[in-house]
Amino acid sequence: MTGPGLHHPAVSPGLWTLAWRRLRADRVAMAALGVVCLFLLSVVLSATGLVAADWEDEVAVNYAPPTFVGPDPLLAALAQPQAPAPPNAFDPLAGDIAVLKAQLARRGQAGHTVKRTTLPFGADKWGHDVVRKTIKGGQTSIVVGLVAAFVAVALGTLFGALSGFYGGRVDDFFNWFYSVFTAIPSILMILTVAAVLQTRGVATIVLILGLTGWTGPYRLIRAEYIKHKAREYVLAADAIGASSRRKMFVHIFPNVSHVALVQVSILVVGFIKAEVILSFLGFGVPVGVVSWGSMLNEAQNELILGKWWQLTAAATAMALLVTAFSLFADALRDALDPKLK
Amino acid sequence: MTAYILRRLWQMLPTMAGVVVLVFVLFNWVGGDPTYLLAGKMADARAIANIRAQLGLDAPWYVQLGIFVKQIVTFDFGNAWSTGEPVSHIIATRLGPSLTVLVPLTVLETTIGIALALAVAFVRGSLTDRLVMVACTVGMSISILVYIIVFQYGLAYRLGLFPVQGWGEHFTENLLRYATLPILIGLAVSVAPTLRLFRSFVLDEVGQDYVRTARAKGLPERRIVWVHVLRNAAIPIITYVMANLPALLIGAFLLERFFGIPGIGREVILAVERSDFPVIKAITVYVAAATMVFNLLADLMYQAVDPRVQLA
Repeated sequence: MTGPGLHHPAVSPGLWTLAWRRLRADRVAMAALGVVCLFLLSVVLSATGLVAADWEDEVAVNYAPPTFVGPDPLLAALAQPQAPAPPNAFDPLAGDIAVLKAQLARRGQAGHTVKRTTLPFGADKWGHDVVRKTIKGGQTSIVVGLVAAFVAVALGTLFGALSGFYGGRVDDFFNWFYSVFTAIPSILMILTVAAVLQTRGVATIVLILGLTGWTGPYRLIRAEYIKHKAREYVLAADAIGASSRRKMFVHIFPNVSHVALVQVSILVVGFIKAEVILSFLGFGVPVGVVSWGSMLNEAQNELILGKWWQLTAAATAMALLVTAFSLFADALRDALDPKLK
Repeated sequence: MTAYILRRLWQMLPTMAGVVVLVFVLFNWVGGDPTYLLAGKMADARAIANIRAQLGLDAPWYVQLGIFVKQIVTFDFGNAWSTGEPVSHIIATRLGPSLTVLVPLTVLETTIGIALALAVAFVRGSLTDRLVMVACTVGMSISILVYIIVFQYGLAYRLGLFPVQGWGEHFTENLLRYATLPILIGLAVSVAPTLRLFRSFVLDEVGQDYVRTARAKGLPERRIVWVHVLRNAAIPIITYVMANLPALLIGAFLLERFFGIPGIGREVILAVERSDFPVIKAITVYVAAATMVFNLLADLMYQAVDPRVQLA
């Protein structure tokens, strides 16, 4: 991306080259980009199963504290394999259980593995490793935020392009549609759609956020298209007989795509926050899928028992990512649109 | 002026019609048939037919839309499905608690936001300014859930400074006892974004020529900030605060839910949990109407503050 402009002064650097140079000069932005990339790497690794695939293993005792706190003596007692209960002559299942235990032993799995009393950052109610759980939860939250942001910006770009390019009746229609969607506060809109779509699932949240979040990108993209459609390069494209669709998406879109990119980066932050709240309320991810929101939901009750680590892990991971992402989004906007400064 | 207001109200009609149609389509086609939800698990064909007739679901769509419009105009959405309480009664009784939290919160948030924004904008570029802005970015990144969980646990449960949750019968008791901690948390969450936004409004003004002129003629800095700059920065601030009021009514739903405040936001959450469609429909339509009216009010106040603005 360093661009040929550095070596061949005859070729003037393009928008992206200039933006990348500006971005690289901004130390805060590069640090933020580094953090964001680390999070994205963890998403890729956990999605491919290389990391945290076994987060559901009950590797430690319930609520095992973090290693730096030291084991909880009460819980440590539970970790020791317990002496088998004396045989009960009246147990109707005794025969079945003996068969099952024999099967397990044959497969090489001991009935009682020694559970750990501490973990690097503690364990949750079931003895899941909090670090792995946070990575897995981050995968859900980040993927939802990214995909929903792309859906919202794609919709906003499509509507904005049609509206700005054609003008007239089409513009009136989309403006009306826009005013309808902005009349309902976004959080109410999200909750209403959540109430209507009874199924819960990752796809449903993406749909809810994507379908309600297109209004911001729409307004900006529409303004860009109005500005660009009268420019000479579009008139030239018109003169050689390019179709409207070609002018809109092949000629104009590359020149406004930076606006769309900045919108994606801004929306991702908002959508990650929204997903966490939706999942916390139980309108988000289904049971069995972990996200930062569902972790906070569990952590709320754990805090009263004094088990602070799951709350700290989920909250810190989220705050770190959102801080880095918003700093990066700000820098990206400044780099791509220097007029705004 | 009257002509302007009338024309604006007239222009609201297509938008309002759009909101009504959107809600109607969402609940009648996307949402599926609520009959089975209402009939319960042991439904026979007669009970289902009976419920469908009661809800008007066996009528053609334009009749159903007519019923919905009539409900909106007459403020009569019937009874809530889950509790049987009239929807109009739900909205009327939940509005008070919501406002008890929201009015002090908005007033404090705006005042603190303006004061801090003026202070920060006048040392812009300095270390203080940059530190405050970084603190704002970090503060905004922490989920509101974390603020609520930690503050409720720390200040109310552990230290016992506030009741953990609850709501009383009397206004003063509610305001001074039960609403204090929710208001404090609301402030902690909202001051950072408000300050960032107001700072940008103030920064747009401090570079203007009239500020230089005021300085040149020897006015004290305090007068420049609090009289000259503030009056000009007030215009976008008023628009922002007014236009956001209806959204706040819903936006405080997490506070209301955690602290057991019987407000509108908590009612929406309960209604979504129980699939109580009449309540959600009514609140959505009326909040949308309120948003449009408050946008108009914002424009009217705009002119009151700034005589240069001509409402045509």
